[in-house]
Amino acid sequence: MQQQVSLVERPLTEAAVAIRDLNAWYDQAQSLFDIHLDIVPLSVTAAIGPSGSGKSTFVRCLNRMHEEVIGARVTGSVEVEGVNIYSTGINPMNVRRHIGMVFQQPNPLPTRSIYENVAIGARINGLAKGQELDELVRRCLGQAALWDEVKDRLRAPPTQLSGGQQQRLCIARALALDPRIVLMDEPCSALDPIATLQIEDLIKQLAQRYTIVIVTHNLQQAARIADRTAFFLSGRLIEENATAELFSRPKKRQTEDFITGRFG
Amino acid sequence: MRLAEQATPPASPRSNPFQEERNGLARRRRVTNQLAVVLTGAFTVLASLFLLYLIVYVAGKGLQFINLDFFTQRPKPPGETGGGWATALQGTAVLIGLAALIGVPLGMAVGIYLSEIGRGRFASLVRFLVDTLTGIPTVIFGLFAWVLIVVPSHSFSALSAGVALGIIMVPTVARATEEMLRLVPKELREASAALGATESRTVLRVVIPAARSGIVTGIMLALARVAGETAPLLLTAFGTSFFNTSLLRPIDAIPLRIFVFTLSPYAIEQQQAFAGALVLIAFVLLTSLAIRWATGGFRVRRR
Repeated sequence: MQQQVSLVERPLTEAAVAIRDLNAWYDQAQSLFDIHLDIVPLSVTAAIGPSGSGKSTFVRCLNRMHEEVIGARVTGSVEVEGVNIYSTGINPMNVRRHIGMVFQQPNPLPTRSIYENVAIGARINGLAKGQELDELVRRCLGQAALWDEVKDRLRAPPTQLSGGQQQRLCIARALALDPRIVLMDEPCSALDPIATLQIEDLIKQLAQRYTIVIVTHNLQQAARIADRTAFFLSGRLIEENATAELFSRPKKRQTEDFITGRFG
Repeated sequence: MRLAEQATPPASPRSNPFQEERNGLARRRRVTNQLAVVLTGAFTVLASLFLLYLIVYVAGKGLQFINLDFFTQRPKPPGETGGGWATALQGTAVLIGLAALIGVPLGMAVGIYLSEIGRGRFASLVRFLVDTLTGIPTVIFGLFAWVLIVVPSHSFSALSAGVALGIIMVPTVARATEEMLRLVPKELREASAALGATESRTVLRVVIPAARSGIVTGIMLALARVAGETAPLLLTAFGTSFFNTSLLRPIDAIPLRIFVFTLSPYAIEQQQAFAGALVLIAFVLLTSLAIRWATGGFRVRRR
């Protein structure tokens, strides 16, 4: 419990997340090799790279979701605001309460109402109830730019919503825990172009309050929304830089090949 | 406009690649296909006819005894006309209730374990045992309850029958629960885990609700099945023509009474057995209709 408290109350340091010597495996197959990276607070960091480059595994290591897969294993350290989330005594459940996650497929809970989908995190963790909870749901749906579209049907099942609306609902659900960091694993790849633009606008706004790490296979998307971009290849972090810099003056040959479309 | 003028002329028979060829292979394929269609169709009709005949026959024999007395009166002593099956109906209701009380929690717990928690060799062993349990003749469960409860307590009883039926339910409920929970997509579990929910909370509040209709279907099917079990009841419930007021006393049941009345020397009781059979068939039929209705109607539904 003490670890959890310190995770919240630590002041912002230089890096929101400091990743050191991070290695990850699925059974015997190693999918990340010695990742070393600092993530700038209150910014959007994009992880790009071809399929199988480890970019999804990378973000899943940042809130300990990686180990949900049977046989998965991690070494190294991920310091979130000064606390290593992999040190002994840290409960992965508590890590996930402070580091929100949005998945590739919109995954609202189908048996809960729209309201309940946003409220569930706060309920699980005892953050709010009654009017406070109503207010929280309203605020998070507002932040996710969904309030106006659902305010008259909060009790309806989320399956009524379009894919883009469902994804914004999932973002609202993540925000309801008041996370310091929001991880997004290809949040737009199941959405049409208009819904994608809405989510991208939303991400840019959210970066004023949250540190965002987003996996994308869409280079244009990284260029549009990310402050910084990290390029992954075969489980290694090849290069990380300010997005404009990385796209216009890549330092590594592999990065250049990838962004100019020579592979991947 | 020009495109229309340039439309291709109809293909000549020889050059048409879609025309069926007239050689031995084509003929054989055609004959095999038609044979398969005819055979499956014929056997389907045969099977349905048999079921239909069974229902019509039982209804034809039994329907005349279905009246208010049948549902409200105790059986009359042998040889007297009239009387009803109220004791059997009460007994079957009690037994189904008991069986559900024992079989549903046990079966669901095993199913949840197999799907969500159990890994490796022990889980495989449990799964194997559950599958074996499904194949064991039900009279053996009756024997089991007889040895464990009837003999020590010196009395046939509703309780022993409920235990036997409950255990018969366990494998069906367990496998239905396991299969349904496995169908719940990984994304839902991750959604819950990413909110900081514990594993048990994820299972209880997210995974099970998502699989609810499938699990309920499995439970109802298991209940409908044990409602018609006869063999284990012979060794446990035993049957009585009185209303049962204690779980430690013998109890009547529809299948038992069908068994007893069919063997009876009195024609009237033999015929009443068909009425009981009709009620049992109607119960199973209504159960499956209720399941269909409760789980989203008759249309084929994709999860």
